[in-house]
Formats: sequence, structure tokens, C-alpha cells
Amino acid sequence: MRDTREILLVGRTSEGTTVQRPLSPHLQVYRPQITSVLSILHRFTGIWLGIGALLLVWWLVALAGGSASFAVVQGFFGAWYGILLLFLWTAALMFHFCNGIRHLAWDGGYGFEKPQYHASGWAVLAAATVMSLAVWALGLALR
Amino acid sequence: MTMRSTLGRVRGLGPAQGGVADWWGQRVTAAALVPLAAWFVIALLAHFGEGAPQTAAWLAGPWNAVLLLALLIALFRHLALGLQVVIEDYIQGEPARLAAVLGMKAVLGLFWLAGMVAVLKLTFRG
Repeated sequence: MRDTREILLVGRTSEGTTVQRPLSPHLQVYRPQITSVLSILHRFTGIWLGIGALLLVWWLVALAGGSASFAVVQGFFGAWYGILLLFLWTAALMFHFCNGIRHLAWDGGYGFEKPQYHASGWAVLAAATVMSLAVWALGLALR
Repeated sequence: MTMRSTLGRVRGLGPAQGGVADWWGQRVTAAALVPLAAWFVIALLAHFGEGAPQTAAWLAGPWNAVLLLALLIALFRHLALGLQVVIEDYIQGEPARLAAVLGMKAVLGLFWLAGMVAVLKLTFRG
């Protein structure tokens, strides 16, 4: 059954052809900005980290289960796909962590001026990149 | 003399009133996760590549299990609140939305409990 709101979205072009009127957020025409991109990235990294949290529990349950189950999970994370996933989770965590602090600052009322949130946005990207690489460099060095 | 109509009161119209708790909970868990997540990443790095016995032994230490439990609590609460917002944004229709939120909370609840039980097992054994 069609939503009645869909019927209201019908419009006409200047030539007279019937079209579906464009819907917010108008991604077809709105230029990506540091604000909107980091916002959606915060959501994506949050969801991705959520999946990581489930695998963290798998790791803990396997550890509690003994050497046999632990070997299985370590095997998964030691394989190339496991390492790739771990890197993606590290990057997601570093970004979500830094942008999260940016959010907490906003909750406190700080950093709402345009130059401020532009600067903090780029700072978050830089910090997240540096931290991800640092964590991985440390991990590989400690091997 | 309240401005509420009797029909509105009976139908439960108007704001849910409890929303701030979710908003605040998200911020509190976020603030807790700043040090907890940092600790966890550093601890993982410090014990990188160790086998089951050493990792289990590390968990048996006095603060490690406590911090790991705290991490699990803050993490899953933060995750559940975040996913609820995402579901409410994208899923249209009350039945589907309600099912999705309840399903998500159920799954996350079970995983959270599994994680807590695993940490408790390890710390009580060691």
C-alpha cells in the first residue's frame, strides 16, 4: 500500500513532465562539507564499532572457553581478513573517539562558530589518522 | 488547571517526557568510554600476541576485570542508545520500528551478558 505522502511528492518539470519531487537531504545537489561528512561518518563508524563490540564479546567468550576456542578466534584475527578488520576497527575507533570529544564539547556549548567547527573537524580527521597509524605502528613493533 | 485535553491525556498524546534520560545516558557513557577505551587499546597493545594463559592471567589481575566490566557496561549502553537513534531515524512505521528497537536491545543485551559472564568466569578462575 502506497504512502499518501508519496502522492504529494509528484511534481512537474518546466516542460510539463511528471517527476518525483526531490527530497531532503538533497544529496543530488548539496555539496559535501566537513560538517555533514564528519556527521555521517560518526554514525557509520559508530555502527561499524557496534559490530566490533559483538566480536569483542566473541573474543572474551572464546578466551573464557579455554585454549581451543581461543585458538579459533586468534586464528580468525591473525588471518589477513582479520587484520584488515582490526585495522578498520582501529580507524573507526580513533575517528569516533575524537569526533565524540568534539560532540561533547558542543554539548558543553563550545565550538559552535563556523571557523571553530571547521578547524575542529579537520583536527579530528588529522588526529584520528595519526592515532590509528600510531596504534598500528606500536602493535607491529611490539610483536 | 492543565491545558491538556481529556482526549489527549487518554490517548497519551504529546511528548514522551523521558527523552532527556537517553540523551544524558549517551553523554555519560561517552565520557566514561573516553578513559576506558583508551585503557583498553593500550592494554591490548601491551599484551599483543600473547596466548590464552597469559591473557587470562592478565584479566585475573585486580583492576583489569573491573575495568573490563566497566567497559562492557558503558560500551553496550552507549551502543544501544546510538543504534536506537539510528533505527528511529531510518525505519518507518511504528510496528517495524518497535520490533527493530526491541530486537536490537535483545541481541545487544544477550551479547553484553555473555561478555560479562566470560570476564567473571576468567576472574573467578584465576
